Amino acid sequence: MTLNYLQIPDLLNNLEAALRRSIVERKLTSPLMIGIRTGGVWIAEHMHQRLNIEEALGLLDISFYRDDFSRIGVNPNVKPSQLPPNIEGRDIILIDDVFYTGRTIRAALNEIFDYGRPKQVVLAVLIKRDGKQIPINPDCAGASIILNADQRLKLTGPEPLTIELQTIEVAA
Amino acid sequence: MPDDLQLNQEGKLRHFLTIEGLDKSLLTEILDMAESFVGMSGQKVKKVPLLRGKTIVNLFFENSTRTRTTFELAAKRLSADVLSMSIATSSTSKGESLLDTIRNLQAMHVDMFVVRHAVSGAAHFIAQHTAPHISVINAGDGQHAHPTQAMLDMFTIRQIKKDFSNLRVAIIGDILHSRVARSQIQALNTLGVAEIRVIAPKTLLPAHVETLGVRVFHNLTEGLKDMDVIAMLRLQKERMSSALLPSESEYFKCFGLTEDKLKIAKPDAIVMHPGPINRGVEIDSKVADGPQSVILKQVSNGIAIRMAIMAMAMQKQGLA
Repeated sequence: MTLNYLQIPDLLNNLEAALRRSIVERKLTSPLMIGIRTGGVWIAEHMHQRLNIEEALGLLDISFYRDDFSRIGVNPNVKPSQLPPNIEGRDIILIDDVFYTGRTIRAALNEIFDYGRPKQVVLAVLIKRDGKQIPINPDCAGASIILNADQRLKLTGPEPLTIELQTIEVAA
Repeated sequence: MPDDLQLNQEGKLRHFLTIEGLDKSLLTEILDMAESFVGMSGQKVKKVPLLRGKTIVNLFFENSTRTRTTFELAAKRLSADVLSMSIATSSTSKGESLLDTIRNLQAMHVDMFVVRHAVSGAAHFIAQHTAPHISVINAGDGQHAHPTQAMLDMFTIRQIKKDFSNLRVAIIGDILHSRVARSQIQALNTLGVAEIRVIAPKTLLPAHVETLGVRVFHNLTEGLKDMDVIAMLRLQKERMSSALLPSESEYFKCFGLTEDKLKIAKPDAIVMHPGPINRGVEIDSKVADGPQSVILKQVSNGIAIRMAIMAMAMQKQGLA
């Protein structure tokens, strides 16, 4: 099923507008943009271009920082993160595709802090859905939606970027 | 001794005891994962929380500096708690058997043993007798296997040569006593190199060595021709119980790798050595410290490869 009411161009426009507001409100100076692999990087590439950020996009692979390692193991396709060596004191825009439980962001923040102590981090996501499990919230979102417990959002890309609503079987 | 003991029902690594029985895709997975740990060196905090809360015991019944320290560093970079015990053949000095030592450590809630032992099959034996949730990594057993060394060698080769399929590799020296050589040969064959040669005097070759899938040379000059990778071995004098060699200088004259001999191999050939090196016995200092030597790169890569193997052996632990 396609989400008719969630059009990718609209979502990207909304996110861009929200990010521009945040940059002013939070007084971000030459921010470093970081995308979380894989979906977050696709979104970040769009924002990176739209906001004319010159510095290369940072890529974050959180596989080694996940909290479910002892249950599901390591993703064999894990790739090294690519972040600039100097994160100390920087303003960072962290980008992911879908915000759900908040655990991915927890892992991402831990990894970023292992590279240095940033001045501030702004979290921007394409879609925020309900179901967060830890006290972390996005600062900017392209849309906020409420789904049933058995529904998941699946982003495919990078070209074309599409979003699909899937129904999964919930374990009893 | 091939065994399924190493893999769980899903074909994932549980213990790492020998290269034998592991397929190409699993070896490649280890190399790929090590690659991402190498990239970690850019981090200010060179640590990932993968094995937080796990306890790893390095059980070294035989001396080692490089292997023990790189295992220790690898475990620490995975955030595990590590205890290194150098028992140097004396665990039994107070009359305690190997199994009793293991049982005692197990009672301290250990999650992984890294074992080096002078007896072939020791790590295997421990893996058979530990609780199901404990992983065992072989850090060298007798003359049998040293699989993590072989994997770090494969990693170093891939880093420089990119692809295994066209490579010609020569393993030179004391093949008879070398657990490194056995594991290297198995790994190179599994990864599918074009040719493996062993170059050694007859007294330092095991019987029927050619059945391992290698070509045998007794002459260094002949054997080095067209080689892409030269893997030197240490002359293991401590394991030589009889007069296998006339003298060290005689050995150096025939089988020592010098700058002149190295010129016979391909111009971009790399020289490896598992250490510790006997300068002037199996390798000339000018070669060991020369531009084609990757000996210190091997040491650095040892940390990343051991991180990968420990992380993979510990995944899904507790649900098995």
